[in-house]
Amino acid sequence: MAGVCTRVTRNLNMEKLRNGYLFPEIAMRELEHMKKYPTAKVISLGIGDTTEPIPDVVTSSMANHARRLSTVEGYRGYGAEQGNKALRKAIAETLYGDLPIKDTEIFVSDGSQCDISRLQLLLGSNVTIAVQDPTFPAYIDSSVIIGQTGDFQDETGKYQNIEYMPCRPQNNFFPDLTTTATTDVIFICSPNNPTGHAASRKQLEQLVEFARANGSIIIFDSAYAAYVTDDSPRSIFEIPGAREVAIEISSFSKFAGFTGVRLGWTVVPDELLFSNGFPVIKDFNRIVCTCFNGASSVAQAGGLACLSSDGLMAVQSVVDYYKENAKILGDTFTSLGLDVYGGINAPYAWVHFPGMKSWDVFTELLEKTHIITVPGCGFGPGGEEHIRVSAFGHRECILEASRRLKSLLS
Amino acid sequence: MAKLQAGYLFPEIARRRSAHMLKYPDGQVISLGIGDTTEPIPEVITFGMAKKAHALSTLEGYSGYGAEQGEKQLRAAIASTYYGDLSLEESDIFVSDGAKSDISRLQVMFGSNVTMAVQDPSYPAYVDSSVILGQTGQFQKDVEKYRKIEYMKCNPENGFFPDLSTVSRTDIIFFCSPNNPTGNAATREQLTRLVQFAKDNGSILVYDSAYAMYISDDSPRSIFEIPGAKEVAIEVSSFSKYAGFTGVRLGWTVVPKELLYSDGFPVAKDFNRIVCTTFNGASNISQAGGLACLSPEGLEAMHKVVGFYQENTNIIMETFTSLGFSVYGGKNAPYVWVHFPGQSSWDVFSEILEKTHVVTTPGSGFGPAGDGFIRVSAFGHRGNVLEACKRFKQLYK
Repeated sequence: MAGVCTRVTRNLNMEKLRNGYLFPEIAMRELEHMKKYPTAKVISLGIGDTTEPIPDVVTSSMANHARRLSTVEGYRGYGAEQGNKALRKAIAETLYGDLPIKDTEIFVSDGSQCDISRLQLLLGSNVTIAVQDPTFPAYIDSSVIIGQTGDFQDETGKYQNIEYMPCRPQNNFFPDLTTTATTDVIFICSPNNPTGHAASRKQLEQLVEFARANGSIIIFDSAYAAYVTDDSPRSIFEIPGAREVAIEISSFSKFAGFTGVRLGWTVVPDELLFSNGFPVIKDFNRIVCTCFNGASSVAQAGGLACLSSDGLMAVQSVVDYYKENAKILGDTFTSLGLDVYGGINAPYAWVHFPGMKSWDVFTELLEKTHIITVPGCGFGPGGEEHIRVSAFGHRECILEASRRLKSLLS
Repeated sequence: MAKLQAGYLFPEIARRRSAHMLKYPDGQVISLGIGDTTEPIPEVITFGMAKKAHALSTLEGYSGYGAEQGEKQLRAAIASTYYGDLSLEESDIFVSDGAKSDISRLQVMFGSNVTMAVQDPSYPAYVDSSVILGQTGQFQKDVEKYRKIEYMKCNPENGFFPDLSTVSRTDIIFFCSPNNPTGNAATREQLTRLVQFAKDNGSILVYDSAYAMYISDDSPRSIFEIPGAKEVAIEVSSFSKYAGFTGVRLGWTVVPKELLYSDGFPVAKDFNRIVCTTFNGASNISQAGGLACLSPEGLEAMHKVVGFYQENTNIIMETFTSLGFSVYGGKNAPYVWVHFPGQSSWDVFSEILEKTHVVTTPGSGFGPAGDGFIRVSAFGHRGNVLEACKRFKQLYK
């Protein structure tokens, strides 16, 4: 379009970003597919979007809160940017129970994706980061935007200046820290999106030791902690010494079906200090007060209801429903002779298609079974040859998907 | 982060207020400080939210992730309600969790290598977010300004509109009208000059119109009423002060397709990418509330609440005027900007707090040109506003 340009230079960091964030790219392909096959019943096991209704005990609480906003006694204006005190306390007591996490160390947010960016703002452009490979894309993309990285290199599929820590079946999906370069910040997600692997206590102890030795900050994404089935740690703070090296982010999205409601939290321990001794929590508090105005009070009322004893039971049964889905999918792929990872402690199955490019597998699956998955390379070069299959879906869809996969692949 | 001064203004005032309440436990503190809405949200709006909440418990009504740019219906409603005759469309509107978050997301998009201009005084988030992004130099205590920011003085002498002939070129210009804190609404003629200034300098205008509904005369309510604005401006707005959504969290940003970087790249494309990467959409329940706000019944209800606060503003204005003060703003905004010539605004703030137990906001918290002024916010129950005015009359008679 012929137009008048301003004389403002486009942010070079935005230019560095690769085209199309992964999930909008998949959504686009889904739309094209649906145009091509208008009568096909597409099943989406792609984006990890929750599908089951939120339990009544939680939504009633949100509805009541909304209604009360129409009354003189119940109306509330601005909330504390750090979150509603009762909710912060409930998170500390209910979800961190015997761990010494204080309510003042908890910052309620509108979800992990926003928290990751606020943390990057806090850290600034002069830090180096390490990420798992494969990994949830937002850690990398936010890093590029903030200016921590160099250019993207097509040959390797990596950005310069980021340390990629391969996570493969061979190393039990946990970085080999003996070959990992020192960086200021290490992003670790466990249970992992996309591989589904939950780090063991031993692996996390090594990680904490590594961070302590190198003076690094771990940003630990525990959004899927509720899916842990075995005795893998649910919080980095279960590991002694973590309070001086780690920040933990988490979310109600996959825990309570709050993907659209928007609620999460970040834990910044008092003991976490920058190199000059300045407490990280003070700076994070300032970021939250300047760049944010708190999560919606309605969403927070919902969060509080989730953490009541009735609420916990109710949301856990939805989590169990998805876990059963994951088992069905995992078993399906296994029965077809494929190597399947994850699925036990996470709502994702990570399926290996040796020798095949993941976008080709994605396309073939979509074309022949009308099932949307996620190509592993979308999570980094380490994801190549893999497909992520998400377990969020109505049971009948999961079962139908299984049937179609069995017909195609057997 | 190390460059940022002390605490963000409003938590600092909250701290002083708490300290005051500890000192005077029976003090009956009235807050006309932070611009926090106080009146209940009209039922038609909260009903919309309650309905959505209940629907999330049903198979048919459950929805997960929404589009990061906002729900289609809401974007369309915002476009048609506020920008109908201005040829802006649904796709130009990005729904958010409020102006404060949007300002930061815009700053993240612009990056650290841009220069910015702000009004002096101005809403602190523009400056503070600029510091955090690394666009500024150090704070200079003697002038109370950050290096590299262009401060555009707005005072009674220039009718609270900057003398553009003395303003250096910057990449970004933040402009708020009706203004927080001065309450001044720029005229059509002034905004035409501002748009021309931006055009001549190839700058991007970030126009904060959060208080547009408070305009009582024919001052422009949107920058896009000015011809040519689409090639230079972004507009940020909010449901906070219209619908009492300060806690509910809902706002929007308009980025016209015609707004281009120097290399021709559309700014809206980058903003879309920012929104998709650093954000995950406003709460679907808040958005349902927003849609209810824009129904005919909702619009009427919002007008009533705005009218209530406008009446508060009149009461406060009359009070200070009758006491012989020079009073500004108020007519087109829920803020009254009272002049205390020769006095430090923190001192006036403290004196008012100590002697009348009323919390206001010291003008210097908004920038050096705010010193000598106090911002009195008109958000409050009628009884409290009347009582506060009574106390002001006693103190200053």
